[in-house]
Amino acid sequence: MTRAYELRIDRIRCDGRGLCAQLLPELIRLDDWGYPIIAPGPVPEHLRPLAERAVEDCPVLAIALRRMETRKAAGR
Amino acid sequence: MNEPRLLAGRDLRSGAETYAEHVSRLGPLPRRGAVLIDLLTASGLTGRGGAAFPVGLKWRGTARAGGSPVIVANGAEGEPHSKKDRLLMSARPHLVLDGAFLAAHVLRSRQVVLYIGEHHQMARAAMERAVAERPPHERDLVRVFSAPARYVAGDSNAAVHAVTAGIALPTTLKPAPALVQNVETLAHVALIARTGHATGTVLVTAAGSVAHPGVLEVDTRSTVASVVASAGGVTEPARAVLLGGYFGAWVDYDRASELQLDPTALKDRGLTLGCGVIGLLASSRCPVCETAGIMRYLAGESSAQCGPCFFGLRALADACSRVANQGANAQDLGRLERWASEVAGRGGCRHPDGAVMFLQSALRTFPSDFAHHSAHTARRTA
Amino acid sequence: MPNTVLWYTTRGAGAVSMVLLSAVVVLGIIGTVRAQSPRWPLFLTTGLHRNIALTTLVFLVLHIVTAVIDPFTNLGWLAAVVPFSSYYRTLWLGLGVIAFELLVAIVVTSLVRGVLGQKTWRAIHWLTYAAWPIGIAHGLGTGTDVWSAWFMVLTAVCIAAVVGAAGYRFLAGPFDPLTTAHTAFRGSVDRREMP
Repeated sequence: MTRAYELRIDRIRCDGRGLCAQLLPELIRLDDWGYPIIAPGPVPEHLRPLAERAVEDCPVLAIALRRMETRKAAGR
Repeated sequence: MNEPRLLAGRDLRSGAETYAEHVSRLGPLPRRGAVLIDLLTASGLTGRGGAAFPVGLKWRGTARAGGSPVIVANGAEGEPHSKKDRLLMSARPHLVLDGAFLAAHVLRSRQVVLYIGEHHQMARAAMERAVAERPPHERDLVRVFSAPARYVAGDSNAAVHAVTAGIALPTTLKPAPALVQNVETLAHVALIARTGHATGTVLVTAAGSVAHPGVLEVDTRSTVASVVASAGGVTEPARAVLLGGYFGAWVDYDRASELQLDPTALKDRGLTLGCGVIGLLASSRCPVCETAGIMRYLAGESSAQCGPCFFGLRALADACSRVANQGANAQDLGRLERWASEVAGRGGCRHPDGAVMFLQSALRTFPSDFAHHSAHTARRTA
Repeated sequence: MPNTVLWYTTRGAGAVSMVLLSAVVVLGIIGTVRAQSPRWPLFLTTGLHRNIALTTLVFLVLHIVTAVIDPFTNLGWLAAVVPFSSYYRTLWLGLGVIAFELLVAIVVTSLVRGVLGQKTWRAIHWLTYAAWPIGIAHGLGTGTDVWSAWFMVLTAVCIAAVVGAAGYRFLAGPFDPLTTAHTAFRGSVDRREMP
């Protein structure tokens, strides 16, 4: 069984450039001021490469992929 | 109602209780070790700075983390209507110091920082004089830090950053090991360490349309109605109560009157005493206008580190003001709901969350006022 | 192998490196000033910036290797890594070595940015503003084609592009909409004692 990962944003580092939302519109959309809103829950396996690209491409390293605690991942 | 405990002793108007008086009234500082944490847990003491976090649990967590945490006595009191922390520091500084030194002893700290609001001159002077009266091994632990007069400066994370790095700003960096505790909480700890049980009282600031606004020490089982009575009663019929200050919630006056101030009782109803401000809103005042004014203030107090907070709160405050001035456009009420749900949880600290919860309590408590104000525009432009 | 092939390759690879490096710098600036359009999103800029930077390194290695193995220049491998250690055009070649080594540091730190941390990475990345002009100077000083028309035009275009972009970057802005408000707020809560 593969581990579940979620996207987490450092809200102070984030300065609303929006690359993450451009790369991963399935999970990230921008609010009225250009800052990311992330869909809650684990990143689906087929979107993981794009999520990794979003993490890599963020000019300020504000977004990260973190392992989810098993309780959260199971939806409890 | 119980005998007042924190504020027992010499008349509040006659200046700070001296060390000699303090020791004579309460006895010397007990040498409690780790057992103090058990006492605090059993007493059910929760933080009096606003978050109402269980104190025993917090100390246990800090002890487990190890290291030598800084003890921060948080007397910033940035909440505009709150006066309890200032009064406590000015009148009973040794209670606060006792609590801080007890924490320092249990958690093996080498430093106690008194984080006092920069404009609270009397409180600072009283605390400094009180420190000078203490024995050298306690005195040497203490440093005083002037907290900037901004709302977020009182946030725990900002406080730790201020005393370690000199800037009172919330950060997402790993914080230095510290225990931040409101000064009133520390005063309760000082009494619990001696008596072995909870004080059973709480400090509140009665504000708004009451005859004698100010600080009161009341039994935790008191109702809001009895607090209002102790503050001289309402000066005119009351519409609602702002319970807990700007990060608290509006409650309809009739419902509020029967509420007990006990933290568990309030929590069960989805409310909190927060920083202890109990503000009465007169029926003659417009709740939408009051809400808009407070939202403008909170938006202006954003540290502008996070887009959703800075832009979101500003947009919410502007929309609220438009509704209040009956210049709202058709989407404003919908926007208030949408932006509020989008902004919450997307800041680097709890500032936007507190503001949003406050706004949502206004929308819940005054739905007809908000609707009426928006409708006025529709009628005028129709 | 005829000397001329190596010689032409060195000069060609050098010229290509200059063009590619200038493009990398301009793309980096485009990202910093957040210039984008629906058809040219920011991630296109960052992707090109990264890929062209790596390509530049490839051409630089080609440029250096062909220069060293060419018997005409009498350069040893040491000259390629120790600045100012060659007899042949000591100063200008030395500048090239410095520019190359700065670029290697910049690229390597970018590849491990996650481990290094944003602050350190950024500090080293600023060296781009040193590496680029030093590289241009090296080209103008060591290049045998310097006075030929095509090289002059190429260099002029590269300089114009980078100086223009950098000029905009340093004179316009701030590009983060929070900067002004945050600086003001920070001023009100900064209690550090002045040294």
